[in-house]
Amino acid sequence: MQTAIKHITDTDIWVALESVKDPEIPVISVVEMGIVTKVASGESQVASGQSSRYARVTMTPTFVGCPAIGVMKKDIYDAVKKLGFEEVEVTVDMDTAWSSDRMTPEAKSKLEKFGIAPPAVMDSDLTEEMLDKVRCPHCHSTDTTLRSAFGSTLCRAIRFCFSCKQGFEQFKPL
Amino acid sequence: MNTEAIKDLLYKMADDALVIGHRNSEWTGIGPMLEEDLAFSSMAQDKVGHSQALYQIIHTVFGEREPDVLAFQRSEKEFKCCQLVELPIGEYDFSLIRHFLFDHAEALRYEMLTTSTLMPLAQLAKKVRGEIKYHVMHADTFLKQLANGSEESKARMQASLNYAMPYALGIFEKSAFEDTLIGEGVFGGEEKLQHLWLEKVTGIVTTAGLQMPQVDEAKIIYGGRKGFHSEYLKSLLDEMTEVTRIDPSAEW
Repeated sequence: MQTAIKHITDTDIWVALESVKDPEIPVISVVEMGIVTKVASGESQVASGQSSRYARVTMTPTFVGCPAIGVMKKDIYDAVKKLGFEEVEVTVDMDTAWSSDRMTPEAKSKLEKFGIAPPAVMDSDLTEEMLDKVRCPHCHSTDTTLRSAFGSTLCRAIRFCFSCKQGFEQFKPL
Repeated sequence: MNTEAIKDLLYKMADDALVIGHRNSEWTGIGPMLEEDLAFSSMAQDKVGHSQALYQIIHTVFGEREPDVLAFQRSEKEFKCCQLVELPIGEYDFSLIRHFLFDHAEALRYEMLTTSTLMPLAQLAKKVRGEIKYHVMHADTFLKQLANGSEESKARMQASLNYAMPYALGIFEKSAFEDTLIGEGVFGGEEKLQHLWLEKVTGIVTTAGLQMPQVDEAKIIYGGRKGFHSEYLKSLLDEMTEVTRIDPSAEW
């Protein structure tokens, strides 16, 4: 067991984290979401010359009041712990501020397939235009309008598509 | 850094956010339309989240009690919120006007705080300002629409604006620590904030076709920042803490 554990690298942790999904969007992992900001592992000396393997994961919240943070923190802990570390620490901080630009292109395309329009790139501050020409995830028309900047979760807005006459959700640019 | 000065700033911001968050949540289930129900509920969740993050800084950096304890186990006298946020939700026009006046102050305050010398606060400010943009955008949209709606909607918005203004000016009640906070680069100060806010709010109100109330002659409602509150805070806290008080040590 001890020898096997020694071979676990930070890469293994990143891979394990790919299996942890955002509970509000179950097709996207916390890594693709850009929620995990740092991963570190190593060995620390414990009493009587023995050592223990530790892993530290740092995550940043999407929205400060996101109620899914607690669940994600626990899921991350469990996934990393399973790799065989004696000590796992998951910290939430804002040293790196989350922005929707942290989402990977894969995440954005999965999001659209899941039925949620992905966020526009935030190269500047939020403008009304960013909430303007959003593509409908169902029929891909851009003839859509913002119905409400607030939706079923903190990170989603409600839109309506004039082309297919359906309501849909948009992940807010932040 | 002057610990007392910074804690005073953090407490008033956290208490404002918690109390307005609680008030916003009172629209859950009874909003005038589904979208507005969602908007006020979402903003409530954001605000309570912001208050938690601020209490967290007070806890981690300054060794005060846990965020939940600070939120639910302090007495009315210990709260530093302004009286504007304490007022009952009233009719929808009042809640909208309060939201408009409060959130513009909040947006500008966080903008100023992005350069704070208190690192965790600057980091939080950079994060929160993006969220508050959505709140401000919402407030502006509805202010414009209702100011240009029917005669009744316009009159209601104007009346609520006139009523709320003396309370809103109370947001900027100075603390004993203004000079210290400015000197240490923690926060640019209430006077500067009020100036920026007045300019911003006046512009939007006037463009929307409403009359900006006379600010110079306003009888400003101060006191909140020093622990003197309206009659409404006590009952709000009683209601908010009702469950916690049954068993304060319960694990959730």
